[in-house]
Amino acid sequence: MAEDKIELVVIGGSAGSLEALLEILPGLKKDFALPLVLVLHRKQSNDSILTDLLTARSSLKVKEIEEKESPRNGTLHIVPPDYHVLFEQDRSFSLDVSERVNYSRPSIDVVFQSAADVYQNSLACILLSGANADGTDGFRYVQKNGGITIAQSPESAEVSYMPEHAIIANVATHVMDIKSIISYLNTL
Amino acid sequence: MEISISNEELEQLLEDVLEIHGYDFTDYSRASLHRRVTRLMRLDNFPSFAELRFKIRDDASYLKRFVEEITVNVTEMFRDPDFYRVIKEQVFPQLFAKPFIRIWHAGCSTGEEVYSMSILLNEANLLHKSLIYATDLNPNVLEKAASGILPLSHMKQYSENYIAAGGQRDFSSYYTARYDRVIFNEDLRKKMVFATHNLVSDSSFNEFQLILCRNVMIYFDKDLQGKVLNLFDASLEKLGFLALGSKETLKFSSINPKFKQLERNKIWQKIK
Ligand SMILES: C[S@@+](CC[C@H](N)C(=O)[O-])C[C@H]1O[C@@H](n2cnc3c(N)ncnc32)[C@H](O)[C@@H]1O
Repeated sequence: MAEDKIELVVIGGSAGSLEALLEILPGLKKDFALPLVLVLHRKQSNDSILTDLLTARSSLKVKEIEEKESPRNGTLHIVPPDYHVLFEQDRSFSLDVSERVNYSRPSIDVVFQSAADVYQNSLACILLSGANADGTDGFRYVQKNGGITIAQSPESAEVSYMPEHAIIANVATHVMDIKSIISYLNTL
Repeated sequence: MEISISNEELEQLLEDVLEIHGYDFTDYSRASLHRRVTRLMRLDNFPSFAELRFKIRDDASYLKRFVEEITVNVTEMFRDPDFYRVIKEQVFPQLFAKPFIRIWHAGCSTGEEVYSMSILLNEANLLHKSLIYATDLNPNVLEKAASGILPLSHMKQYSENYIAAGGQRDFSSYYTARYDRVIFNEDLRKKMVFATHNLVSDSSFNEFQLILCRNVMIYFDKDLQGKVLNLFDASLEKLGFLALGSKETLKFSSINPKFKQLERNKIWQKIK
């Protein structure tokens, strides 16, 4: 399915997306080799509950992003609460506390767009369940730069608004349910 | 239409700003600068990079706006309430015995962090013997900080943060509301000194017991971070404290061996 070699996958989610993630992560093959970045809207908190929860459910290394780290293969990098994450030309992460976008920090649009600037057509972005319009502009930008965009199918999403918003705007390259998302990721 | 500038154009702009106006942003994170510059072009309706460049070269008063907009000034009172709890419980006890306390907020933006500190010092009965230096490279934000005026609409969030930080008083007793704004009490402001200071080019100007520089160095590259950390080291007295933002660290810097971290908190004490 993917013509260009994908080198980074960014997953964005809001309300109801944790359930989806907890299905997707255990489905990934043991030797899943790409770096994954996860942008979740969540209540601001500095605890490690999310990291612990996702670690327990996957064979990936799970880690909250610290400034100037670089994406690592087989690692799920979680965007920390209350920061946007941007990508430098050398692919390292920068943290940013600038204004909220779509009422959100982190904003899914911001992370998708910055990843697209650097990864261009070697980027795949996935938009999961949510009640916010975040992600749609980011999808448009990713597509314009040659990347692939995948919206969770509204029927399979606990809250369909967010992926549906992107689908209606006609910026989703593919629409997939959880099972198809898992098999897609396992072909990369 | 989508506005965008190339990496080369951004470099050109930074060179102009340095050469003509003396502001050096060349060691800043490019990803953030890129985003801020395209945002500014959209806000101020520049049809192309050439126009923006012309304006910056030609119009010194526009440069002020440029500097304010390409840096990120977002801040909050009692941001990361746990941080303030640790300041109160682990740092203040070591300051009680001092005859005089000097604190430096580097990159204080519009002052929310400074007023938070002043409230804590006041409650710990330390404010009367403290002096808080609040600096930023941007004169506009300092003016706002010095005024002590904030939007009333933020107070609900700040009051919640204050309580989460262990605050026990009525937060609204610290300010007077007027229409949609509040002004913080004069006695909180009495011990603050505001001044411009550029961490890139200005040097150490005093010795402090506590320096806070939070969410400023995330915009700097590694070399500049190292340089600024040396400046802080040189400006701290022995056993003084350095506080960074919740995702920043001393760990990979050359001054790290001289400092001891307070458990898992983003506060380091200078031990050598
Ligand atoms: C995101 S704000 C941080 C405010 C506050 N410390 C906090 O954590 O909420 C960053 C501030 O750093 C200032 N800044 C950026 N570069 C600077 C420099 N070279 N010297 C001094 N201040 C600088 C900006 O003007 C801005 O006000």
